[in-house]
Amino acid sequence: MAKIEEYIPIVGQSIIDDLKLLAERLKGKVVQHINSTPVGGGVAEILNCMIPLLRELGIDTRWDVIKGGEQFFEVTKKFHNALHGRAEEISQRDFEIFMETSQQNLENVNTYGDIVFVHDPQPIGLIKKKAVNKWLWRCHVDVSNPNERVWRFLMDFIVQYDSAVFSAPAFSRKLPIRQFLISPSIDPLSDKNKELPQETIDSVLRKYNIKKDKPIITQISRFDRLKDPVGVIEAYLQVKKYINCQLILAGGTAEDDPEGLKVLEEVKEKAEMDKDIHILLLPHNNIEVNALQRASDVIIQKSLREGFGLTVAEALWKAKPVVASNVGGIPLQIKHKYSGLLCHSIEGAAFAIKQLFNSPEYARKLGENGREHIRNNFLLTRHLRDYMLLFLSLYHTEDVVYL
Amino acid sequence: MRELIRAKEAFRFYTRLHLSELTGLRASTLSQLAGLIKQVPGSCIYYHTHRFLQQHQYLSPEPPNDFAYWVSEALGEDELGEKLASIDTIQYSTIRGLRDKIAITIEDYLRNNALAKLRFAREGEEFHFMKSVSFVIPTNYIAHDLKEFVDILKKITIDSIYFHIFEARLRLEKGDNDFSNWIKSSVGDKELADEISGLDPYTQTLDGLRNTIVKKVEQRIL
Repeated sequence: MAKIEEYIPIVGQSIIDDLKLLAERLKGKVVQHINSTPVGGGVAEILNCMIPLLRELGIDTRWDVIKGGEQFFEVTKKFHNALHGRAEEISQRDFEIFMETSQQNLENVNTYGDIVFVHDPQPIGLIKKKAVNKWLWRCHVDVSNPNERVWRFLMDFIVQYDSAVFSAPAFSRKLPIRQFLISPSIDPLSDKNKELPQETIDSVLRKYNIKKDKPIITQISRFDRLKDPVGVIEAYLQVKKYINCQLILAGGTAEDDPEGLKVLEEVKEKAEMDKDIHILLLPHNNIEVNALQRASDVIIQKSLREGFGLTVAEALWKAKPVVASNVGGIPLQIKHKYSGLLCHSIEGAAFAIKQLFNSPEYARKLGENGREHIRNNFLLTRHLRDYMLLFLSLYHTEDVVYL
Repeated sequence: MRELIRAKEAFRFYTRLHLSELTGLRASTLSQLAGLIKQVPGSCIYYHTHRFLQQHQYLSPEPPNDFAYWVSEALGEDELGEKLASIDTIQYSTIRGLRDKIAITIEDYLRNNALAKLRFAREGEEFHFMKSVSFVIPTNYIAHDLKEFVDILKKITIDSIYFHIFEARLRLEKGDNDFSNWIKSSVGDKELADEISGLDPYTQTLDGLRNTIVKKVEQRIL
């Protein structure tokens, strides 16, 4: 695990000095993160990176995970899809299952933190244990067009928190509590993002029998309908008519995502006829993800909805040209035609990929601009700073705070 | 080398870090935008007229304010976008004054362009009002004369420069930037103070601004 000083060559000494100044003002506070899974998915990944660094900065940071059975996670998956605006049949029984598991967690989870930081809807019911301590709810989901029934159900909990945190401005609504915009981030020193020797990249390609004899388009994401893997294949097929290329669809499944394997099967079926489509199941193999991104000529992220879309930041950090949907947090990361290309459809994605393949100099420039944009706004150090400011905001209500 | 004047009072550099607070307020049309601009807290106006300075610090020229960018990009009203972009922010010494100017610019345009009232942003491209929450922190850097001042200025974060130039003058309503105030009142160099006050910091990057001020101070002391 990287030490805070190791980030200096990437972001500069002054950024690290600021982090130390802020951490001093949080001495003595215990910050407790609570979510639903220790591995898989973006939340666990971010916490795994951030917690050791917050501790190194001197903030007593802990992490607890709630428990839930298969039924509970099926319900929360439905909630997740419904919050993303997908039509879901949600029965009264589903809400009851959610409440029953919440009750069990209320009995079993100790909420000892001075600041209790709850991530996503699964543990949201713990707020009933709020005492004199401060409570934050972090929504990692795109809730710009949520299913109103699920949103209203969650609102009863949300309003009891001190503050809520969203990843994009479009996710905010009028709330009776304070709400902040904090984008997630990537760790430039993690296995997924660090520099890799060419031999490592080549060996990963060999392992999966991918030859570098034609340009590579890659989408890295969980096998999830909201990531539209089938749409990616269709876009690829449109490009393939004119440019001989290959497609990699690679990703894992999260423990709290029972639907994942079903989607994977559908994608495999769709890809069966084309030997240039590589479907790779990579459960938590970050070095391999890193290598595949670096081996790619164009990275695509054709999500239909997106909490934030950190795979875009990962690709841009590797200075890759990216084609991505204009949804969720993606437009924060890509300024169209400046640091990547945004699209709204399969045809638009195919058109953008062709443009990039046919104009390598333009593609290179987009990638370089993207890397600088990520360096300034989406690295872990900015995220650490925002979280510390967020913690401090719980003790100060004014717009200009003198520390 | 000229003899250095020791300042009557030392200058402590502060830094300013900020958090973006969401309001849940959004506009789809110009009328809604103008209406909300008149109602929202001053911290919202401050946020949307200053955000780009810090977030796109490496980009120059850069979109000058969020209102101008949205009006041009989401509504396609380029003429109004240009009018909003060219508002001379440095002329306003309070957020109130700047807010009035932005609202009047939009309202005048609406009066003279009936079709502009019919424009609306597509779903997902609405204007979202946000607020800036500033955290002001003293650094360990203190200058007792212009030599120490310029040495620190070369290495201090751009957040610190931002605070002393932009935030102090407009948001904290000190009338002038902190550097000029100190150089005038504690060092007694009114000419240099006025030179720095006369810069338009809104049309350059923060690093560009740093270099310009460093050069001006060095010319005085070398």
